[in-house]
Amino acid sequence: MELTELTIILGMALATMLVRIPVLTFFGKLRLPDLVLRALYYVPASVLTAIIVPGVFMPDGGPIHLGFDNAYLVAALVAVLVSLRTRNLLLTILLGMLALWVWRAIIGG
Amino acid sequence: MASSEIQPPAAVLTRRQQFIAGFRDTLPLVVGAIPFGIIFGAVSVSSGVSVAGTLLMSALVFAGSSQFIAAGLFAQGASAAVIVLTTLIVNLRHMLYSATLAQHLKHLPARWLVPLGFWLTDETFAVTAPHYLRDASPHKHWYQLGSSLFMYTNWFACTVIGVLAGQAISAEQTRQLGFEFAMIVTFIGLVVPLVRSRPMLAAVIASGACALLTDDLPNRFGLMLSALVGVVVGVAFSRFQPPSQTSQEPSA
Repeated sequence: MELTELTIILGMALATMLVRIPVLTFFGKLRLPDLVLRALYYVPASVLTAIIVPGVFMPDGGPIHLGFDNAYLVAALVAVLVSLRTRNLLLTILLGMLALWVWRAIIGG
Repeated sequence: MASSEIQPPAAVLTRRQQFIAGFRDTLPLVVGAIPFGIIFGAVSVSSGVSVAGTLLMSALVFAGSSQFIAAGLFAQGASAAVIVLTTLIVNLRHMLYSATLAQHLKHLPARWLVPLGFWLTDETFAVTAPHYLRDASPHKHWYQLGSSLFMYTNWFACTVIGVLAGQAISAEQTRQLGFEFAMIVTFIGLVVPLVRSRPMLAAVIASGACALLTDDLPNRFGLMLSALVGVVVGVAFSRFQPPSQTSQEPSA
C-alpha cells in the first residue's frame, strides 16, 4: 500500500468518525437548526445522482452519449424502473446488471 | 384516564435478549448488504486500490456508499483532499442519525458512545431508532450493539470475499462484466426510493443536470458543486411545499 493511499484511507476514516461520534457523545442535548436538518436531508440523493448521471450519459468520459447503443443508459433505465416498482435494492442490482449483459449481447458492443 | 407515563414492555428484556433482538432484526438488512460488500471488494481492487487498502477501508471507514465513491474517485485519479472531503459530505447524514439516537443514550459513558458512534450505519439506524421509541429498557443500547456488530462483521467478511473474487478474474473480464456499472446500478437502487417528494425530485434533477455540465472540471470538483446545487434547490423547493409535506422530511 502506498503512503498516499494510506493517507487517503485514514483521512476518510477520520472524516467518517467526525460525523458519527461527536454528535452522539457530546451534543446529545443539542438541537440542530431546522435549515441544517433540511439541507442534510437532500445530501445523499444529490451526491449519488451527481455520480450516477455522468457515469450513465458519458460512459466513455464524455461527450454526452444518447441512444440505444449506449448500454449503460439502457440498463440504467431498467434499474430505475425496477427500483420504482419494487424498491428492492438487491433486485435492482441484479436486473440492472442482467439488462447490461443482455443489451450488450444484443447490440454486440 | 390512561396514565401519561410510557407503558413498560410486558417483560423487560435482559442485556442478552436485547443483543439477540438487535441481531435478529438486522438480519434482512445484512442480507441486502452482502452483494454490496462483495461488489465493493471487487470494484475497489479493480479501481486500483490495493488489497490491504481495500480491507483497511472496510475496517476503519465502514460506510458503504462513501467507500464505493472513494473507489470510483481513486480510479479517476482524484486528489486526496477531494476524496476525503467527498467522504465527509456523503456521510454528513450520520449527524442526523447521531442526533436522533443521542437523546436515548445520554446516560451512557464514552466507552459505549464512541464505539456505537463508530458503528452507526444507515441499516443499524433504521432498526434501532424505532426500537428505542417503543422500548424503555435501561439495557436497550445492547440492541444497537447487536445490530452494529452483525453489520460490521458481515461488511468485512463480504469485502474479503469480493477481493478474492475480484482477483480471480482478469481486468479484461472485469470490464466485460461491467463491474464499474455495478456501482452505478447500486446507487440507482439507493436513490430512487429516496425520491418521494417534489423537492427531492427537483434536487435530484438539478444535481444530475449540473453534473453533466461540470463533468470536465478538474479533480471531480463538479461532483461537489452538483451536490451543493441539488441541496440548495431541494431546500428552496421545500419552502414552497405545504407544511404537511415538508414536516415529515427530516424523519425520512
